[in-house]
Amino acid sequence: MATTIAKPELLVGKRLRRREDPRLITGTATYVDDIKMPGMLYAVIVRSPHAAASIKSMDVSKAAQHPGVAAVFTGKDTEKVGPVPCGSSLPGLRVPHHYILAPERVYFVGHPVAVVVATDRYVAKDAADLIEIDWDVRGAVADPEKAIADGAPPVHPQWPDNKAFTHHQEGGDVDKAFAEADVIVKQRITSQRLIPTAMETRGVVAEWRAADRQLNLYSSTQIPHLMRSLVAQMLGLEENRLRVVTPEVGGGFGSKLNVYAEEALMGFVAMKLGKPVKWIESRRENFLCTIHGRGHVDYYEVAAKKDGTITGIKLLIIQDLGAYHQLLTPAIPTLSVLMMPGLYKTANIRADIIGAFTNCVPTDAYRGAGRPEATHGIERMVDILAAELKMDPVEIRLKNFIQKEDFPFPTATGLTYDTGDYSLPLKKALGMVGYEKLRAEQAEKRKKGELMGIGISTYGEICAFGPSPATPAGGWESATVKIDPSGKVTVMTGCSPHGQGEETTFAQIAADELGIDIDDILVLHGDTAIVQYGIGTFGSRATAVGGTALYFALQDLKAKIKKFGAFLLESDDATLAGGVVTCNKTGASKTLQEIAGATYRAMKLPANTEPGLIATHFWEPTNFTFPFGAHIVVSDIDRETGGITIRRYIAVDDCGNILNPLIVDGQVHGGVAQGLGQALWEEAVYDESGQLVTGEMTDYVLPRAHMMPWIESDHTTTPTPVNPLGVKGVGEAGTIGCSPAMVNSVVDALSPLGVRHIDMPMTPEKIWRLVQGASSQEPVARMGERL
Amino acid sequence: MNINLKINGKTHSDDVEPRLLLIHYLREVVGLTGPHVGCETSLCGACTVECDGKAVKSCTMFAVQADGANVTTIEGLAVDGKLHAMQEAFWNEHGAQCGFCTPGMIMASKQILDRNPHPTDEEIRMGLEGNVCRCTGYQHIVNAVRAAAKAGA
Ligand code: FES
Ligand code: FES
Repeated sequence: MATTIAKPELLVGKRLRRREDPRLITGTATYVDDIKMPGMLYAVIVRSPHAAASIKSMDVSKAAQHPGVAAVFTGKDTEKVGPVPCGSSLPGLRVPHHYILAPERVYFVGHPVAVVVATDRYVAKDAADLIEIDWDVRGAVADPEKAIADGAPPVHPQWPDNKAFTHHQEGGDVDKAFAEADVIVKQRITSQRLIPTAMETRGVVAEWRAADRQLNLYSSTQIPHLMRSLVAQMLGLEENRLRVVTPEVGGGFGSKLNVYAEEALMGFVAMKLGKPVKWIESRRENFLCTIHGRGHVDYYEVAAKKDGTITGIKLLIIQDLGAYHQLLTPAIPTLSVLMMPGLYKTANIRADIIGAFTNCVPTDAYRGAGRPEATHGIERMVDILAAELKMDPVEIRLKNFIQKEDFPFPTATGLTYDTGDYSLPLKKALGMVGYEKLRAEQAEKRKKGELMGIGISTYGEICAFGPSPATPAGGWESATVKIDPSGKVTVMTGCSPHGQGEETTFAQIAADELGIDIDDILVLHGDTAIVQYGIGTFGSRATAVGGTALYFALQDLKAKIKKFGAFLLESDDATLAGGVVTCNKTGASKTLQEIAGATYRAMKLPANTEPGLIATHFWEPTNFTFPFGAHIVVSDIDRETGGITIRRYIAVDDCGNILNPLIVDGQVHGGVAQGLGQALWEEAVYDESGQLVTGEMTDYVLPRAHMMPWIESDHTTTPTPVNPLGVKGVGEAGTIGCSPAMVNSVVDALSPLGVRHIDMPMTPEKIWRLVQGASSQEPVARMGERL
Repeated sequence: MNINLKINGKTHSDDVEPRLLLIHYLREVVGLTGPHVGCETSLCGACTVECDGKAVKSCTMFAVQADGANVTTIEGLAVDGKLHAMQEAFWNEHGAQCGFCTPGMIMASKQILDRNPHPTDEEIRMGLEGNVCRCTGYQHIVNAVRAAAKAGA
């Protein structure tokens, strides 16, 4: 049976259903917790109930003697393992030593102090309850602004000011811009701590094969190769003796773009006991101990001319870092600074970051990672400025947009925006929503005292991380394509997807390039023993960087196929198309299958040509990509309850060329859900003593089906010149575009009451208070304005 | 305690601890790892299975409570390798991204149509209230349920 049929129809751009789905919809996919090994033990971790304390004494004897318990380890046993790595470097950054189990002092609720290993998870839990710890509780601080104020309890005693770093960046002449401004608007804007809540919690299975000196680590992660390098270091194991496998990964959103204590800890336990061991994070642990996102307090000032031209932006970010740096913790707010001008031309910026230690779990990358905060800030400020100048929010945006002919555009923050036409998605979105008519309706409603809002955000984001010099661990991505003797194709990608559908999109790319049936292509990822070194899936990079690596590997392979085919045909003028090499003179042809077989049998080889058909390409991008778009939210507010009803949600995104519209829509929907989550419902709340009040799903409100509006999504297409696929990335766009549109909508609705800013989440209670405050003739509540 | 029950058409008889949750029994004793644990506190629906025709969150039941019951898990939906219409619809409409919520979502979605073969979008959304998906924003899931209803699932 011929493997390769001439296949003229191109798959890139088609709404194909996904190739990874059969295992997901039948319940036969393998996630970490589905792995079972002979003799496997279960680990339960004992954690601090206090945000700041010292261990006076710990008695593990009862736990150790409990029937079924194999071992108990404490911080004293694991002192030499680690530390948990921080991958970002900023000048003068203070990096506390992050033990995998705290030997003496704990710094946040959930800080691990011991691990109990037993024959089953119920027994391990029983035994964990028998550990007795005498604590010396200290003063804690959970609020970043309070942490950096005088007299706050020091999180780490060696740094009493609680400042991990300060960062300053400046472009243009800000002082002049502010001195010459017609108007200056100021606002304090918060972007609250969020809990990423991947539906699959983290989990690790470690298996030590002593005779082979081989550690197999199964982990739910976005970065198998980086994890391998870092965990090997933590354990003092040679890197080639560690294999990291990411089985099916049940969501990450940045929370699994990390290396945590538990990966090294399970490796340590498996090596000590010589038995496989499994640890699965409980949901409560997930809320307490997996990184949180956001955690910004931002102070904005914007200078402008009377006609609405923005001339300068000042920004002070107080970043709640938590007690430690996880992999990228301190780097996240620097991304906010890079994107602070948004889509606007402003040449003059000044930004300062104060990284504040708090007695909370570390913050780190969560969907958008620094860019949602930046977009939220600038898009709110533009609306505040428009209100001040009594301009329409559309008009002020169009006035300040970087224009189509300005690209590549050097920003005041040192980036070069690749390409754009920012009015395109805005105009499309306005058309979809029927803007003029809605404004007329709103004017009518206002006369009757009804509260209706139209909120716009025009966002830009930085994606496809990225050139290596600008990223902590290499910004390239890798791909290998193998063609077997039978002509079947295997693609191995260094990015490790977890729901983004690359088994489908990458197969689409390969099918088109090789001109073969998509069913002849298998995409593999997420196993360091099979796949060449790679970076991972995050920062909307997999398709733009990993897909491009694949594209180039395919070009190398195509050149070899063509050369071999021509050789077999004894032709000096041949073409490769549709999986067939044809001699242009004689019309004779060889299929890919015939050529593949010949390259392996290697009876005759063209000069200077190796047998086999395999190509690996490591692709290093020259720039990031900068997708953009416009989101519009139409909302109605209930005066009696403070309830917000979203009447319309429009999302027009420009992510460049689209490989699979079905998957792109899914990414936008999911992104918007997380953006609305932040705007309306979600907030990680710590009390004064550092207890996480929202420590369970009961208290942390996640978007559910009945809470979500229908999302009307559409696209404009401005391909990037940065990669030959013209793709820019879309994984985070929905989240980034969403929250400012939502807040702008509600502020617009309440603007007749004098409201000009509302901090998130906009709970009904908050809205109700604003409405009540206004109707009881009290001075207008200007929430959050403390500058 | 000894329990006897039918799971996906097969009879099972096991000795279990009274405190063993049904989800752990299914996953660890029977070896059906399709139903997932997303919260253990009855809030996410990842563990949803059918027990005597009713969708239940198997983390809120002890295995012993399922004694004598007829249980269907996601693994039992496809018959002779032919996908259930709801599975097919989730595939066609891209109702799954990471797939972790999916087995529970499909079981809950099937229940919606079992009770009401022609639900409105709002009824679909209310019917999915007990199931959390962090990836899809639910829109493609709603589309899937709608498509399955149309196909007469
Ligand atoms: S695990 Fe049962 S509802 Fe979440
Ligand atoms: S598909 Fe990932 S949680 Fe639903």
